[in-house]
Amino acid sequence: MKFDLQDILKSDIKDLAKELSLSDNSILAEHRNQAFESLQKLGLPTTKHEDWKYCNLSTATKKSYSLATENSLTNADLAQFNIADLGEANILTFVNGVYQESLSTIVSPSTELTISNLKDALAIEPNLLSNNLFKYANYETDAYTALSTALAESGTFINVPNGKAVEKPVLIRYISDVRSNDTFAQSRNLFLVGKNAQATVIELYHTIGAHQSFNNIVTEIALSENAILTNYKLQDESNSAYQVNTTQVNLLKESVYSAVTITLGGGVVRNNLNTVLNAERTEANLYGLFMPQGETLIDNHTIVDHAMPNCNSNELYKGVLSDNSTGVFNGKIFVRKDAQKTNAFQSNKTILLSDNATINTKPQLEIFADDVKCSHGATSGQLDEEALFYLRSRGLSMQSAKSLLVYAFATDILEKINNEALKSHLEKLIATRLNTEA
Amino acid sequence: MLSINNLRASIGDKEILKGLNLEVKPGEVHAIMGPNGAGKSTLSSVLAGRSDYEVTAGDVTFMGKDLLELSAEDRAREGVFLAFQYPIEIPGVSTTNFLKTAINEIRKYRGQDPLDAVSFLNLMKQKMKSVNIDQALLSRSLNEGFSGGEKKRNEVFQMAMLEPKLAILDETDSGLDIDALRIVANGVNQLKNENNSFIVVTHYQRLLDYIVPDFVHVLYNGRIVKSGPKELALELEAKGYDWIKEEVDGVKA
Repeated sequence: MKFDLQDILKSDIKDLAKELSLSDNSILAEHRNQAFESLQKLGLPTTKHEDWKYCNLSTATKKSYSLATENSLTNADLAQFNIADLGEANILTFVNGVYQESLSTIVSPSTELTISNLKDALAIEPNLLSNNLFKYANYETDAYTALSTALAESGTFINVPNGKAVEKPVLIRYISDVRSNDTFAQSRNLFLVGKNAQATVIELYHTIGAHQSFNNIVTEIALSENAILTNYKLQDESNSAYQVNTTQVNLLKESVYSAVTITLGGGVVRNNLNTVLNAERTEANLYGLFMPQGETLIDNHTIVDHAMPNCNSNELYKGVLSDNSTGVFNGKIFVRKDAQKTNAFQSNKTILLSDNATINTKPQLEIFADDVKCSHGATSGQLDEEALFYLRSRGLSMQSAKSLLVYAFATDILEKINNEALKSHLEKLIATRLNTEA
Repeated sequence: MLSINNLRASIGDKEILKGLNLEVKPGEVHAIMGPNGAGKSTLSSVLAGRSDYEVTAGDVTFMGKDLLELSAEDRAREGVFLAFQYPIEIPGVSTTNFLKTAINEIRKYRGQDPLDAVSFLNLMKQKMKSVNIDQALLSRSLNEGFSGGEKKRNEVFQMAMLEPKLAILDETDSGLDIDALRIVANGVNQLKNENNSFIVVTHYQRLLDYIVPDFVHVLYNGRIVKSGPKELALELEAKGYDWIKEEVDGVKA
């Protein structure tokens, strides 16, 4: 069936629910009407909105898409995206937003980890869902969150019980199958990490086919006391892929959220990574690498909200821009009135490899407490001439010297990745992109 | 090996080399000394191919080829090596990984097959001994956190790996204590043979006790104003540069 965002916005939610066969599960439906109302009131953001100034999704939002149909992809088709030597992992696969049991495997014992698609989770853990789903990402202020809350029915649910350290990583594969049609897909995810619990979640985003895709992903994450969640994302979709990816994280006392977002592909990718340090002594580490090429755009918006005292946050986003591409970085840091002894550091470094590449970078610090240490920095420019000369004086061609320096610059972010297999995988991808050796 | 004729070079509006002449034959070690501002570093930079300097007159012939026509990387591939006075730090790039690329690009230029990983490692092990440098240092980011001595030893190590025909040591001794100096000099001496040549640019005579020159030249005011055997260095050490300046300026007046 056809899915047209402009028509959707003018529809009646009850009619829409019938047309799209939305579930009547009370937890899913609870906020549906309100969220839809919110969506209609807000409308989808355009470049006239400050936070979307450089992120032009007008073509994407005016298109007509198909929704998912029967899946025909097999594990063999997805083998090209495999991470060598990853070892055993809990794998969930979604094709055009629809959970594919045959392409998924759970290896961790259920005592250590509850992981399922959203629909099944509603039956297994209704209380956890009812208490947490839709509670963190704000659909009243964000249209894409509202769209997700109103219509999304599929996604990943993860719960790590108190005291459990999940040994094997979780790998979620979001595949857009656009071999026959332009497709629209949504995923609504919820990750709960209990007291003193730990887990690593790796998300992969890939495209198979040459048509266009539009993915709206919303992930809510709640970390209990002393929980640790490590969250890696590899966004490597085609140039015809549009993605809005909102991750909303709520941190309770002494918990740690570490994220590394590597964006190598996509036509327009907009990441909203929002963390709320909602208790004392929490830590948020947000690292990112974006390497747009051609005419593509990668927009990383982050929020670190120091709501409570004695918390630390570190942000480093690096960009390598080629051709006519555009990069956007907007890092907001809020330090609330009572958030004394906050340490918040933010840095964005970008290398422009062509005269036509553009980086728009805006650090935004709003500090209302007075006993804090905060810093921000943004640098953008070309490669160090002196370093280039040194390498050439040893016989490297200008091209090789450039590739070597850019590779060194980019892979610096990979040092933040603790999973060796994923790190090597990314090193190879970046080396291939830069025409150099890992 | 190297023939420099009436070389004039400027940086911006300032002319630094004002008609420099120098002949270096295979197997020779030439020391270039001179007061500050004379043009010693400029000479090294121009020979290595730094683009900040503009050559306004003269020519440089290296092994029969016009050196000034070649790009910096082609000069390296032809066999010119510059040991930098202030080797730069390059975070994220290790000596090992960039040298492998360098050696293979040089070999490709010369029509040779690339070195496989094993051969490269063996070559490295062999050369590491000659400069007393260890594996750990070579796997780290280039020059990052290296002491002055370690940086210079790394330069000589690279020289040993690349086996240049003409090596230019640009004030390699600056900032080195006597032990580091000895190690560096030893590394250079091990590389010396009757087919390659060295230009040792130095401010102090001390290095020349260890790397014994065949010729010593004094660079003053952008020109080589005096040449002599190694004893000239001792004379400069004892008397300083004033007597040379008087001689040159005196003659001018």
